[in-house]
Amino acid sequence: MPCSALIKPTETMEKKLTIKENLFKGLIRENPVLALLLGCCPTLGVTSSATNAIGMGLATTFVLVMSNMAISMVKNVVPDKVRIPAYIVIIAAFVTVVQLLMEAYTPALFAQLGLFIPLIVVNCIVLGRAEAFASRNSVGDSAIDGLGMGMGFTLALLLLGSIREVLGSLSWFGMKFSESDGMLVFVLAPGAFLTLGFLIAIMNGLKKRSKT
Amino acid sequence: MARESNFTNMTLTLLVVTFVSAIALGYVYTWTKEPIAQARLATQLAAIGTVMPGYDNNPVDEKFWIRSGTDSLECFPAQKNGRSIGVAIKSVGHKGYSGDVWLMVGLDTTGVIKNIVVIEHKETPGLGSKMTGDKFLGQFLGKNPGTTDLRVKKDGGTIDGISGATISSRAFIDAVQRAYKTYRDHGKEAHH
Repeated sequence: MPCSALIKPTETMEKKLTIKENLFKGLIRENPVLALLLGCCPTLGVTSSATNAIGMGLATTFVLVMSNMAISMVKNVVPDKVRIPAYIVIIAAFVTVVQLLMEAYTPALFAQLGLFIPLIVVNCIVLGRAEAFASRNSVGDSAIDGLGMGMGFTLALLLLGSIREVLGSLSWFGMKFSESDGMLVFVLAPGAFLTLGFLIAIMNGLKKRSKT
Repeated sequence: MARESNFTNMTLTLLVVTFVSAIALGYVYTWTKEPIAQARLATQLAAIGTVMPGYDNNPVDEKFWIRSGTDSLECFPAQKNGRSIGVAIKSVGHKGYSGDVWLMVGLDTTGVIKNIVVIEHKETPGLGSKMTGDKFLGQFLGKNPGTTDLRVKKDGGTIDGISGATISSRAFIDAVQRAYKTYRDHGKEAHH
């Protein structure tokens, strides 16, 4: 695994979350990108435009929900020692499904994201949720967890993609609002790191404030 | 949570998981096969229509291959009322900044560039990716690579390269030149 997918997030599983809490925890408090810092590879790679960010976010959300549900269904039958290979096969199958569907029905987006779609398999968020949540919760709760985490991922990517596209290309979702060149650095890799860094800082600031 | 692991149940579990996944994938593959083929065809036809407008034949059915070095280029002859109006050539420049640059180049019967569509490239977003913009691409339209020196000014030609992306510009030009040379050397086949 690229980053440590086996890190168990610090959530306390003892107290049961309500459905609403379960759904919205991924948006801010346990946002996979901005709080848990998982899945940075696609985050930095595809967010050069808002359209790419949304496409990647939705594809990952689909995989998260489906794999969380499937893994929750088989959690009691899969022997402990082979759980990771079994989960990876399930996740890879869903990713391939997404890839085929995108190539068939959204060829333009597929041409942009093609390279990054297979990488969803090794996205730590997906395996991380499988280990930390789906393998010990009910199918319904796991689906909601996947949806919430997926939304949080999409939101973070959209924020990053929008900031980078607006500053770097002076456009949003491909709509140009100025003919002159933007700040190129934001479209390139360093801009991705800078923007992500600032977003995480803002996020931590907000969290600190809400605690006190 | 999970079961005790022993050899039999580990093997069986993995066998079942991979088997079910394989069946599911096979099903989705057959289901999306047709739409994927159609999507690819539509992209190709759109590119041909842009670089060679006004044809009334079916260039995809009549396509032929021409060898160019180690590559084979796809050529789509365009005809109107039974007469050749030119050819769309899918050409490639190998020396891009990060991989191949694929273009669809439309040449009329005299070898003049009608239009160019960038089909695929992996150049740096914001730098090399500007090859799809009119500012760079527009310089090629209406030019005949046989009579105009289509090289970047840095190399002594007439083309303003993309600033900061000379390598991408060169790969683009390489693909255009390749299409033209293929046409010049095998043009007769396009007019059969």
